[in-house]
Amino acid sequence: MNKILIENLSLQYSDGAESLRGINMNILKNAVTVLFGPAGGGKSTLLRCLNRLNDLTDIRTSSGRILIDGENILDPKVDVIALRRKVGMVFARPVPLPMSIRENVIYGLELAGEKRKSKLDEAVERSLKLSAIWDEVKDRLNDPAIALSGGQQQRVCLARVIALQPEIILLDEPTSGLDPISTGKVEAALLELKKEYTIILVPHSVQQAARTADHAAFFLQGELIEYDEGKTMFTAPKQKKTEDYIMGRFG
Amino acid sequence: MEKSLNWREFIITRAIKASGYSAVVFVLLIFFFLLREGLPTLSEVEASSLLNIRWYPIENYFGILPLITGSIIITFGAALIAVPFGIGTAVYISEIAPRWMREILKPLVELLGGLPSVVLGFLGILVVSPYLRVLLDLPTGLTAFTGSLLLGGIAVPTVVSVAEDALDSVPRAYREGAWALGATKWQTIWRVTLPAAKSGVLTAVMLGVGRAIGETMTVMMVTGNAPVMATKLGSLFSPVRTMTATIAAEMGEVANGSTHYHVLFFIGMVLFLISLIVNVIASSVVFRSKKRAERILS
Amino acid sequence: MTKFFSRNRHTVQRLGFSLITLMAVMTVLPIVGTIIYILVQGGSAISWDFITGFPHDGMRAGGILPAIIGTLYLTIGTAIFSVPLGIAAAIYLSEYAKDNQWTRLIRLAIINLAGIPSVVYGLFGLGLFVLFLQFGTSILAASLTLSIMTLPVIISTAEESLRAVPQGFRTVSISLGATRWQTIRKIVLKEALPGILTGVILGLERAAGETAPILFTGAAFFLPRLPQSPFDATMALPYHLFVISTQVPEMPIQIQYGTALVLLVFVLTMNLIATVIRSRARARRQW
Repeated sequence: MNKILIENLSLQYSDGAESLRGINMNILKNAVTVLFGPAGGGKSTLLRCLNRLNDLTDIRTSSGRILIDGENILDPKVDVIALRRKVGMVFARPVPLPMSIRENVIYGLELAGEKRKSKLDEAVERSLKLSAIWDEVKDRLNDPAIALSGGQQQRVCLARVIALQPEIILLDEPTSGLDPISTGKVEAALLELKKEYTIILVPHSVQQAARTADHAAFFLQGELIEYDEGKTMFTAPKQKKTEDYIMGRFG
Repeated sequence: MEKSLNWREFIITRAIKASGYSAVVFVLLIFFFLLREGLPTLSEVEASSLLNIRWYPIENYFGILPLITGSIIITFGAALIAVPFGIGTAVYISEIAPRWMREILKPLVELLGGLPSVVLGFLGILVVSPYLRVLLDLPTGLTAFTGSLLLGGIAVPTVVSVAEDALDSVPRAYREGAWALGATKWQTIWRVTLPAAKSGVLTAVMLGVGRAIGETMTVMMVTGNAPVMATKLGSLFSPVRTMTATIAAEMGEVANGSTHYHVLFFIGMVLFLISLIVNVIASSVVFRSKKRAERILS
Repeated sequence: MTKFFSRNRHTVQRLGFSLITLMAVMTVLPIVGTIIYILVQGGSAISWDFITGFPHDGMRAGGILPAIIGTLYLTIGTAIFSVPLGIAAAIYLSEYAKDNQWTRLIRLAIINLAGIPSVVYGLFGLGLFVLFLQFGTSILAASLTLSIMTLPVIISTAEESLRAVPQGFRTVSISLGATRWQTIRKIVLKEALPGILTGVILGLERAAGETAPILFTGAAFFLPRLPQSPFDATMALPYHLFVISTQVPEMPIQIQYGTALVLLVFVLTMNLIATVIRSRARARRQW
C-alpha cells in the first residue's frame, strides 16, 4: 500500500547547487520508514518537501512529483494549509511555543477552527497519551511548556502534531539532544503510533535507524543509494557504500 | 470560512506592505515641499548675495554664510566634547563597569537622551551661561561655547548608546583570545575590542554629530543669536547663530510667500541635504563593514 | 619616562581605567545633577492650583493647566497616527520584506527621517499640513508633523523586537497549518509586544518634549480656553517653557522652574513606565 510516491524528484538551491538528484521512492502506509546517511545527504530537505516547508526557503523543485494518496502535492494549486495538517513534523530541537502545555497541543486545532472545549480537551488527553507523556503532565496542563525538560518538551511537540490527527508524521532527528531514557520513550511512542500513522524518521544515529526501521533508505550527497527492508538493510546491505557507512568506515 | 480568511489576510498583507513603503513616501514628500517653498529663492535672490556674509533680512541681506559657519563651529565644538566623553563612557559601561553598575548607567544615559532640549536650553540660560560668563570673564555667557557644551551633552547619549551596543556585540572570543595571549584588559580594549567595533563606533559618532547639527531649541536659547561669521578661534566665545535657530526664530515673523519666507525654506533644504549626506555615508559605512564581517565569519 | 610606563603595563591600565571612569562620571553626574536641581528649584512652585489652574497676568501667575492638557492632546494625536503605521511598517520589514534593493531603500529612508532636524519637520508641517492642506495652526497639523518625526523611532525599535522573537516559533507555527499572518498575530506580535510598547513610549516621550516641530504648526502662547477640536491651536509645555524663559519680561523664576519640572516629570514618568514594561517582560519571557 503506497502512501507516498516520490517520482524522479530533483531539487536545487537558488544559486544552482543541487540538493537532491532523481529520487524515486515509495513509502508504505503504517510503517516506520527511516532516511539515514551522513550529513548533507538531503534527508532533511526531502522531509521538508513532504509538507511543503521548503516553500519558505530558496530551494526549488527542478523536476519530479510527490504523490500523497495519488495527488501531487508539489502542484501550486494544492491547499498547503490542509497539507500541513495532514503531514505533521517534529523538529530536531524541541520548540515549545511560548504558551502553556495545553495551549501548545491545541494550537493547530484552534487554527483549524475547532472551538468546542470538549473536543479540545479530548484531543489534549488523546495526543499526550499517544506521546507517552500524559501521566507526567496531566496535573499541570496550564504550566508553561518551557518549564519541562528537553525530553518532555519534545514529546509535547509530538503530541502537538498528533492532535491534528495527521496521516503522516515526519520526524527530523527528534532525539538528537535528548538523554537515552527520553530517547527510548520517543522511540517506544513511535512504535505504537505506526499502527495508525505513516512515520518517516531521520534518525540521529545508525543504531537508532536499526532499532526503529521497518524500511530504510540510505542517502548520500543527494542521491538515494539503497532502499530496503529494515531487517535486511542493517544486517546485509547490498551496496558497498551503504555497508561502509553502517560499519562506520566513513561519515 | 477558509475563503474569507484568505480575503482578510490578503487585505492585511497589502496594508502592511504599503506601510513599509510609507517611510520612502514621507522622505520624498518632505523633500518635495522644501523644494517647493525653497526653490523660489534662487529666482528671487542672486546666488552671489546668498553666499554673502551679511544676514540682515530686514534690509534684504540674505547672506547665509554666517549661519553656516555658526552651525559648523557649534557642531565642531559639540563633537569635541561628545566624541571623547561618549566613547569613553561607552567603553566604561561596556568593558570596565561591574554588572550592577551597568544596569544603572544604561537607563540613566538613556534618560539623558530623553530630556527635552528646551529644558537644557532653559538651564543653559539660567545656570550655565551666567556661570561661564563669570568664569571666563566674557561680556556675555550666550556664546558658541555654551552652545557647544550643551549640545555635546545632548549628543553624548546618542554616541554612548550606539557605541556601547557596538562594543557589546564584539564576540567574547576576541577579548578572551587577547587575554589568553597575555594582554591586559586595557590593552585589549584599545587594540582589540575598539578596533573590532570600529564601524559601529563610527556610526555612533556620525549619529551624534547629526543630532548636534539638527538641534534647534538649545542653540536658539543659548548661543546669543548674532549672525556673525564665526571664523576666528575667538569666535567660539562670542555669540553666533545657527541655521536651525534662524529658521525657528524668524519663521514666526515672515509674511507667507515673501522672499524671507522662501529663504528660510531654502535653509531648511540645505539642512535636509546635509543630514541626507551624513546619513547615506553613515549607513554605507555600516553596510560595507557588515558585509565584510559576514564574509569573514562565514 | 616611556621606559617606566612600558615596563609597568598595570600602571598604565590603572591610569587608563581611572581616566575612563572619570569621563563616565563626568557624563553621568550632570544628568543626575540637572534632574535634582530642577526638582529642588521648581518644587516650591508646584501646587494643586499650579497644575490645574489657568495662567494669569501674562503668564506671570496662576497655573499651567492648558499647557499640560495641550501636551497630552499632542502626545495622543501623535500616537494615533504614528503607532499603527509604525508597527505595520516594522512588521513588513521583519516578516515580509526580502533582502533586496527596495528594502534597502526603505531602510535608508527610515535612517533619513531619523536624522532630519526637528525644525525642518516644523517647516514641512507648515508647508504641507498648515498651508497646503489648510488645516491651519492646529493640533491636527502639529500631531501629524510630530508623528512623521516619531515614525523612525517606532519602526526601528518595533522591528528589533519582532526580530528578537526566535525564528523556530514561526517555522513550527507554519508547519502546524498557520498562514503567515496568523503566525504573526498569534505568536510573533504577541511576544514582541512589550518591546514594541517600550519603543512606542520612548518615541512618544521624545515627541512630547519637542518644541521646534510645533512652533509653526500648532503651538500658541496664550489661549483663553482649552482647545475644543483638533483644528484648534493649543498651548504646550515645551513651547510654554521656551516662551516664558526667553520672551516674557519679569517672569518669576519660580514659575519657570515649576514649568520645567512639570515637563520633566511628564517625560521621566513615560521613561519609567517604558523601563518597567521592559524589565517585567524580560522576566516573564517564555523563550
